[in-house]
Amino acid sequence: MTPSYAPVAATGTFALTAWVILLPLAGAAILLIGGRRTNRWGHLLGCAAAIGSFVLGAVLFFALLAKPGAQRSYDQHVYTWIPVPGFTADVGFHLDQLSIVFVLLITGVGSLIHIYSVAYMEHDENRRKFFCYLNLFLAAMLVLVLADNYLLLYAGWEGVGLASYLLIGFWQHKPSAAVAAKKAFIVNRVGDVGLSIAVMLMYTTFGSFAFGPVLNGASSAKVGTMTAIGLLLLLGACGKSAQFPLQSWLLDAMEGPTPVSALIHAATMVTAGVYLIVRSNAIFDVSPNARLVVTIIGAITLMFGAIIGCAKDDIKKALAGSTMSQIGYMILAAGLGPIGYVFAIMHLITHGFFKAGLFLGAGSVMHGMNDDVNMRHYGALRKFMPWTYVTFGLGYLAIIGVPPFSGYWSKDKIIEAAFAQGGTSGWILGCAALLGALVTAFYMTRVVLMTFFGQKRWVPDAEGHEPHPHESPWIMVVPMVVLAVGSVAAGFLFSYHNAFVNWLSPVTGFSEGHSPINTAVLQVVTLVVVALGIGYAYLGYGLQQAPSTPPLGSFATRAARQDLYGDAFNELVFMRGGQYLTRVLVYFDMKGVDGVVNGVSAGLGGSSGRLRKLQSGFVRSYALSMFGGATLLIVALLLVRG
Amino acid sequence: MNPDNYLYLSAILFTLGALGVLIRRNAIVVFMCIELMLNAANLAFVTFSRMHGALDGQVIAFFTMVVAAAEVVVGLAIIISVFRTRRSASVDDANLLKY
Repeated sequence: MTPSYAPVAATGTFALTAWVILLPLAGAAILLIGGRRTNRWGHLLGCAAAIGSFVLGAVLFFALLAKPGAQRSYDQHVYTWIPVPGFTADVGFHLDQLSIVFVLLITGVGSLIHIYSVAYMEHDENRRKFFCYLNLFLAAMLVLVLADNYLLLYAGWEGVGLASYLLIGFWQHKPSAAVAAKKAFIVNRVGDVGLSIAVMLMYTTFGSFAFGPVLNGASSAKVGTMTAIGLLLLLGACGKSAQFPLQSWLLDAMEGPTPVSALIHAATMVTAGVYLIVRSNAIFDVSPNARLVVTIIGAITLMFGAIIGCAKDDIKKALAGSTMSQIGYMILAAGLGPIGYVFAIMHLITHGFFKAGLFLGAGSVMHGMNDDVNMRHYGALRKFMPWTYVTFGLGYLAIIGVPPFSGYWSKDKIIEAAFAQGGTSGWILGCAALLGALVTAFYMTRVVLMTFFGQKRWVPDAEGHEPHPHESPWIMVVPMVVLAVGSVAAGFLFSYHNAFVNWLSPVTGFSEGHSPINTAVLQVVTLVVVALGIGYAYLGYGLQQAPSTPPLGSFATRAARQDLYGDAFNELVFMRGGQYLTRVLVYFDMKGVDGVVNGVSAGLGGSSGRLRKLQSGFVRSYALSMFGGATLLIVALLLVRG
Repeated sequence: MNPDNYLYLSAILFTLGALGVLIRRNAIVVFMCIELMLNAANLAFVTFSRMHGALDGQVIAFFTMVVAAAEVVVGLAIIISVFRTRRSASVDDANLLKY
């Protein structure tokens, strides 16, 4: 089925689309303007805005469900943002199968995390500000996924970047958090440049920012231009989704409060890159080269993140490496074209459930362990935190892809799709995805074993308080349970009668592809690979205790602890290189440009100082020069005439 | 009489005047030399007028006289006021207006 983009004006129920965004936006505005006066009930307002937005999203979803597949596309024009002759930018929202899936994920997981944060941030004096930022994030993210043109999408894209910056640096009194926030912002800027140039290119090519002209016109545009736009969009996606080579910010972003890591840096914002690529599917369909680059980036990142996840002792950073790796899977799938778009989004949604659940579980563990994040100081926590243990365990089974949990349904499909692309690239990508599944099983098993099994390795915190691990309050447990239910059931529900494929294919298109391997064989191989990963981790961390102080480790382990030298590379090439470049430029500026300018001015000044002496004040010398000049003129005239 | 001789005289007078302006320092003498040059020019005008049988040169001679008279009035006034303040009529002493 080929996708088409033919929305109709939103009326009736669908006119509520703008309110999905306005609710959290209003929440953020009230909390921001209200200031300290709203401290007492600010968190409740934040939760209410998020939940209200989710309810509206659900209403819209069911209204869409009642329509036939081809008529689930609505445009709501709100107002004209920039009305200039020859250039218009509209604020308008586009509701279709793809955006409603995102709306439900963002507001659903967002609401759960708002509720969780009420207890998690209870003792923080800036809790009201935290909810203000969370609501701001929701509003910006909803603008991103509901925009009906690329310019408004870009505005939302920057909005989530701002919210991410504010929330990573929420504990700004910690220098590490402040630096991490700046790092995330700057690395994102690199990607945003790519997206902004892509948007400008779209305008020069199609004369419009709106999805309609761009997506419908892509098939008849020049392939070279489409490849350029595709690669620039990929650059944007790399920044926002922490893909190689712009991956370095995500691990540091874990400095933010854990609910932020769960919502922004696991479930929603970091997946915006996948949304961007899938939404621009018409552009990528035209350019196989751009798609190939997308798959390569995805494959590299899925291995990169997984390897980092294996070596980290910080539970949140291990999970962050995992996030990077899972988004690598999504990007890989999105690069496969119509074979993979649907599964990229499906994995995105299931990942949203289990990764948010895992992060909330990690937050619950930290809550019980005096905010210690070092897994080497955990151990044997399953008896003390039964709810956290069970929900985390279900999320774990989902992420490593054990049937029938949700990760199995989505990740297995991506592996199949990678092989189904065919040719050498299909084999390479498929094997990379399989290898990723092996490593994923290893590091996630490691996390679970080090945290919940084995013996107590607890250490007192800096002030000498012994940890007294305890189950978190019910208000934190309930969101974890809901997400665990999603981790268990979502994959099956999506795959039942191909429900998700049928839902999304009018927007993204879908084709089966031809797998060189029998599907059943591939599934068995995947499960064997996963079992190998679990077994290897059990040998290393189940049968023997993890030491409290990290061993030196092999070269690979040390490299992975250093984020595979991503920061070192950036420092060497971009920071030091940039410094040398600026120094060279400054030298050139001082000696070259300034030299020329100063030389010219000094020459003029000197010569005019000498010429000035001719102005002697003696009338007779003036008379002589006049006389001489007149004589010269007359001689010249005579010569010319003669 | 050959009118060319008037032109030779005019040239000689003009040269004398010009040399006087360039060489002499006394402002009064310089002034008189300027008058000499003006009148040399007048003589040339009148001569040409005679040679061509047209009146234009004679009319211009009148104009030159009027201009010269006006110039003398202003010039002498300046010279006198300079002499009053500086006790000198040398054009080389009045050299303040310079770089």
